[in-house]
Amino acid sequence: MSPRAACRLEALGFQQVYDYTLGIADWKAAGLPVEGDHSPTQVVADATRSDAPVAAPDEQLGVAWARAQRTGRDDMIVVDCDGVVVGRLRDPVWQQSHDLLVAAVMELGPTTVRPNAPLVPLVERMQKRATDLVSVTTPQGVLLGVLLRADAEQLIAGDPPDQIWEDCDGCPGHWSTQ
Amino acid sequence: MVTNIDRYGLMALTEMGAVILDVLPEREYSSGHIPGALNLPLRKLNTAAVADLERSKPVVVY
Repeated sequence: MSPRAACRLEALGFQQVYDYTLGIADWKAAGLPVEGDHSPTQVVADATRSDAPVAAPDEQLGVAWARAQRTGRDDMIVVDCDGVVVGRLRDPVWQQSHDLLVAAVMELGPTTVRPNAPLVPLVERMQKRATDLVSVTTPQGVLLGVLLRADAEQLIAGDPPDQIWEDCDGCPGHWSTQ
Repeated sequence: MVTNIDRYGLMALTEMGAVILDVLPEREYSSGHIPGALNLPLRKLNTAAVADLERSKPVVVY
């Protein structure tokens, strides 16, 4: 919707038009404040960590593993150069030779969800399938963050998650305790 | 020429006094929007609606 609005504003004579293409879903996923009545329905964006340990398809598994260890997690989302989710790395992939390329060993087609999806039914599905993490993406598949089932369960129970992903500009980011 | 930006770009532009326009329908705007954003749903975006806005100031839409 916003590209059309941006185009129309230009046509109306605005000289400096910028489009925040990822929009409110990205803003919420980063844990930034919002104004408004807050929807009574909890949505995926409310429990999404703003960034996730990511790997590139063309790097060696060992390089990705070293980065994963620094974040304290053993799963990573594989994104291509446009930020589109293309795979996932998790146990037991780390048992394979660390010389292999991520693309050769990654799990293909991981489950993704949209940030505006209702949270409760998603968590119920994750519980049934014993899934502990899903990638949160735009409809075009661009990674916005990850939803951990434990975070979502905590939020539904009324507690904020005890860890958040500290995103920062130009550095890898890290998990931190609130 | 429209420039695509990320949230860091938005924050920087906000500090420079940019106007933020939320072009989502009013119901979605009410349920949560970026602080300071004005609501101007796409279907209402016409000359009259933007009459009060300065054409030379940066404007960010989402």
